[in-house]
Amino acid sequence: MESVAQKIPLEHFIVLSGVLFSIGVFGVLSRRNAVLVLMSVELMLNAVSINLVAFAVYTAPSLFVGIIFAIFVITIAAAEVGLALAVVLRVFRNRGTANIDEINTLKW
Amino acid sequence: MTQIFFDLMAAIVILGALGVVLVRSTVYAALFLIASLMGVAGIYVLLSTEFLALVQVLIYGGAVTVLLLFALMLTKVRDLRERAPEPPQLAGAVAASLALLAGFMTMVYKTTWPRNVGQITPISFNQIGTALFNRWAVPFEIASGVLLVALVGAIVIAMQEEGER
Repeated sequence: MESVAQKIPLEHFIVLSGVLFSIGVFGVLSRRNAVLVLMSVELMLNAVSINLVAFAVYTAPSLFVGIIFAIFVITIAAAEVGLALAVVLRVFRNRGTANIDEINTLKW
Repeated sequence: MTQIFFDLMAAIVILGALGVVLVRSTVYAALFLIASLMGVAGIYVLLSTEFLALVQVLIYGGAVTVLLLFALMLTKVRDLRERAPEPPQLAGAVAASLALLAGFMTMVYKTTWPRNVGQITPISFNQIGTALFNRWAVPFEIASGVLLVALVGAIVIAMQEEGER
């Protein structure tokens, strides 16, 4: 395995992760459909995972903390998507829409 | 060589992500999401964590996006395109995400990052498995419990009740 660390500085991964996270935030704020909002949340979760893995590999490769953490992030993301989509289906069945700006009963 | 691979994967990730948030057709957005997540898997390969790349392809490419596509099909009977956001909402979203991006870039620019960290040791499946089942066994079991509860809960929530349509 050739050395990746000496060729790509750690900053590149952090910049990539920051850009991806910002795009995810934009998606969450600008999309209407709840499923598309969930997709943007997935982008943000992946940005966090890239960050965790990059730091783990570059600074503490013998501890695996970041890698284990990324595995748990993926697990929780899977659980979150399953549950959230069930809620979206339910809301769609009751209200006839999956657009989050039309589901405003609890809005103050 | 590694730099080229990194640039390629970063381009796939960023362009896919832009597709997810900008494209009007919801199904295309889901396909862009698959592309972006596969790019993230490439980044994991570059970081020599093949296990994570494999998990990423299996879970995100195989399960999550299929689930999202199912939900799109089930909730979008009338139109598969979504309306454009209203100008004030769009302006707010652009401002918030650009401010966040500017904050990140300032942070990256001002911080001194570790240099000369040496070789990246490839992390084998064995090592990850040993760590997961020894040191991280309790969180692992809790995660399995969370998954079980979430999936049973999802079935209960989505189930059709009697007398409902």
